[in-house]
Amino acid sequence: MSHDAQVYVRSQTEFEYIKQKRKKDMRNQVTTFAIMIFLTLIAFTTVAAGFSVYLIVPVILLLAAIQVVLQLYYFMHMSEKNHQVAAFFLYSACLIAFTFILTFLTIIWWG
Amino acid sequence: MSSIAKKKGFGATLWDYLTTVDHKKIAILYLAAGSLFFVIGGIEAMLIRIQLAQPDNDFVSAGLFNEIITMHGTTMIFLAAMPILFGFMNAVMPLQIGARDVAFPFLNALGFWLFLFGGIFLNLSWFMGGAPDAGWTSYASLSLASPGHGIDFYALGLQISGAGTYIGGINFLVTIINMRAPGMTYMRMPLFTWTTFVASALILFAFPPLTIGLFFLIFDRMFGGNFFDHTMGGNTIIWEHLFWIFGHPEVYILILPAFGIFSEIFALFSRKRLFGYSSMVFATVLIGFLGFMVWAHHMFTVGLGPTANAIFAVATMAIAVPTGMKIFNWLLTIWGGSIKVTTPMLYALGFIPSFVAGGVTGIMQAAAPLDYQLHDSYFIVAHFHYVIVGGVVLAILAAVHLYWPLMFNQMLNETLGKWTFWFFFIGFHCTFFIQHFLGLMGMPRRVFTFGANQGWDTFNLISSAGAALMAIGVIILVINIIITVVKNVPVGNDPWEDGRTLEWAIPQPVPFYNFKQTPLVRGLDTFWIEKQEGNKEGMTYAEPVSDIHMPNNSFIPFVMTIGLFIAAFGALYNGEKDWAIPVLVLGLAITLGSMAVRSIKDDHGFHIHKEDLMNDEGGK
Repeated sequence: MSHDAQVYVRSQTEFEYIKQKRKKDMRNQVTTFAIMIFLTLIAFTTVAAGFSVYLIVPVILLLAAIQVVLQLYYFMHMSEKNHQVAAFFLYSACLIAFTFILTFLTIIWWG
Repeated sequence: MSSIAKKKGFGATLWDYLTTVDHKKIAILYLAAGSLFFVIGGIEAMLIRIQLAQPDNDFVSAGLFNEIITMHGTTMIFLAAMPILFGFMNAVMPLQIGARDVAFPFLNALGFWLFLFGGIFLNLSWFMGGAPDAGWTSYASLSLASPGHGIDFYALGLQISGAGTYIGGINFLVTIINMRAPGMTYMRMPLFTWTTFVASALILFAFPPLTIGLFFLIFDRMFGGNFFDHTMGGNTIIWEHLFWIFGHPEVYILILPAFGIFSEIFALFSRKRLFGYSSMVFATVLIGFLGFMVWAHHMFTVGLGPTANAIFAVATMAIAVPTGMKIFNWLLTIWGGSIKVTTPMLYALGFIPSFVAGGVTGIMQAAAPLDYQLHDSYFIVAHFHYVIVGGVVLAILAAVHLYWPLMFNQMLNETLGKWTFWFFFIGFHCTFFIQHFLGLMGMPRRVFTFGANQGWDTFNLISSAGAALMAIGVIILVINIIITVVKNVPVGNDPWEDGRTLEWAIPQPVPFYNFKQTPLVRGLDTFWIEKQEGNKEGMTYAEPVSDIHMPNNSFIPFVMTIGLFIAAFGALYNGEKDWAIPVLVLGLAITLGSMAVRSIKDDHGFHIHKEDLMNDEGGK
């Protein structure tokens, strides 16, 4: 610690605000968690119910995509402020990876 | 802890460099190790040109020639050009943005040692049964058939040194995003910092495909995998895709920092603000993006089909637009400037026509039908040497002269510097310009000799003579460096007298904590603004003098690297020697063990106290 570091004491109002905010965050997290469990249940059910593979695969992929988004935004805090750079890099990577996958599919494996 | 320099013995200095986490010392390590590999790669280049100076020459055998060309390409790209640029990024970028170090000093050291030992491992192949011989691209159908351990050294060595580069790239990204001084907004960052940023982002996205490709190759060659073996259901083309998904951004990883260096030089020695700063930033980012969309132009003749070829041809040609923007911006920076033709400026002026020539031949190859004619001919060799030597190497040589006073507080001799330039520049054009015509006359790339009746003798001899001139240029540079180091005349800060950016405002020699007080940045070309307003100190401060937190030196990065180095030998001899697997396990245990030590042991660093800082004149 620095010699002349200042110790910051929160005021009562700030404390109340933060408490309320944390409570809201917690509710969000639990809700998201519940949704994710529900989505996982749907995925397992589609397989257990023995639907056609052409239905199961797209459904599971779609659910997986939703799960990734929920995970990133609610559990990995991308919905909060000051995450623009991380988001920018993430979407750039998605775009680039999409190009690779598309090319591989079209000119190596299907072509 | 005082920053007053004490005379230290050799052992203490060596230990200091083995354990250092200071970005300025790591920069010197990168520069020294990169230069060593540059000389090794240069000697390999000379051997190539001696062999090709005459028809039907038997100076080296065909097999040895293949090893030499492979190692020349691999060494120059991975072990010379990139590390030397990393050296300058380390030396300059934190100072340009007003940071006291990079974001992760420990990782910075780890990145360096991984690169160095990867490079040493690769070069040990010369003494341990033969170097890799499948070209720097190491196409799988060829490299899987290569006997001996050459390709194994290639795959394992590049894997280790690639990890180092990757760590370095992430470190620079985090540093630039998080550690800019107050007021240093993105659009006030000097161009060298911007290009470091974009090049690091390219490393972030381009190295994983290489890592995957190399792992596949390692498994195929050493552990019985079949990723690229078509007889076993593999696909050899996948290596080519993975390699070029990495390989094309890789050339932008090299050229973007070179663009940054030249942008600094043009503004500094034209004594003008860089023309079109925001369009330069835009062009840099755009080149970075497009760099990922064009890799298949290396594979036009593979048989991807006309649709794929057309798409990649058009995407490739699009890159000429942002690059052209940059060329015009540089020309307009010089236009009407009060130009000083110093050695770095000479390199920058020589760079423009050389690089444009390389770019134009690039556009020719982007036209897929024409590429069928040019593919694997000396035209290609001429093209990529025009962009890499005419762009990257000229930038490196310029930066050696430009940043030498910043890194070592000494000035390289200007007269010798200009001799270096002219020998190198004339030698470069003499070597490679004529190779365009050799290519058009049908000389294939990578041939170890040619017949006297093919009409290629004179042109090849001219090319070899040019290579000798380049070697003379480099030797003059080495003499220049030795003279400068022996004389050791301190030059102080702002030695070029027209420094514009923050790194020139720091007192020399640069204190190990860089900035006593974090500077306040009030615009683009911070130091220039302060000078114009008559500020004698050259900086406006953003904070009062207070304690500075510094990281401790650490030996762990070195040990971690040694572990991987040992493990690589185990992997190399797998299935051949009994001790292979134990050695592999031992090496990985050393690395994982040192990682555990690093994680468990708390290392809080130390503080330089305010009182010591007040007493310390900071070398002024």
